Amino acid sequence: MSDPTGLIVAAVVLVLATAFGLVRARRDGRLRRGGRGDALRLSSGDLGEALGERATLVQFSTAMCATCPGTRRLLAGVAAGAPGVRHVEIDAETRLDLVRRVEVMRTPTVLVLDRAGRLVRRASGPPTRADILAALDLATAD
Amino acid sequence: MPDPTPGAPARVDPRGPRFAAVLTTLVLLVVLITGSGVLLAAQAVVFALGAALGLRWSPYGWLYRRLVRPRLGPPRELEDERPPRFAQTVGLVFAVVGATGYLAGAAWLGIAATAAALAAAFLNAAFDYCLGCEVYLLAVRGRARLGHG
Repeated sequence: MSDPTGLIVAAVVLVLATAFGLVRARRDGRLRRGGRGDALRLSSGDLGEALGERATLVQFSTAMCATCPGTRRLLAGVAAGAPGVRHVEIDAETRLDLVRRVEVMRTPTVLVLDRAGRLVRRASGPPTRADILAALDLATAD
Repeated sequence: MPDPTPGAPARVDPRGPRFAAVLTTLVLLVVLITGSGVLLAAQAVVFALGAALGLRWSPYGWLYRRLVRPRLGPPRELEDERPPRFAQTVGLVFAVVGATGYLAGAAWLGIAATAAALAAAFLNAAFDYCLGCEVYLLAVRGRARLGHG
């Protein structure tokens, strides 16, 4: 093992992966504004299910997503405890049209919609209960 | 491709795949440092067993159940086996490409493929971040685009 290339590559990979992991852990699941304007508005026809009377929590999932079941439990629990709030889970693989339109890059992606289906906040990665509740306050404030 | 809505998908202790990722990280580090195509081929066999039979039946899963799990309490929750199993398939592809590179004398290919696999295994071990699972949706989107084009 005279050639040190492998050793150097290993060190570089570990440093880069650590940096990536730390940045991502900080951003993961944070609820942000819509991105390109706040033009996005989804109807019950888009979702294939009725909108909530006050707000809707839309979750994009795939079968291969390890954190989706935990997010499903969280959002379903929040929706069950908040009148007029619905949790709608969408299989990203069968709704690629919606995935492109909403620009979903990974799962879970969570959208918080107001009563008219307008996007209020979105998160890519599993969100926290506190952040979801705060976004719901925004979505239902009239 | 398993049916996405079966009656009861297999569920596993999530600490098992994490433990496997730690061992995988160590093995891939040794591969990079020594340039051993044979060791990478052995890791490819481990990936293949995990992908084909489920992580419980891979050697690392067996070690976890025999040596580690008895020392831990029962898991707080179980997780779907399919995401980590899909990631094993992704790992297998990189390991096969890398081992072929090393053994055929194309060391650069071996190093590149092993480095990619190491990044994924390390992220899984250190941050519980499943790169293979994240890539899945992008792969499906890309495949659909090719299909339409």
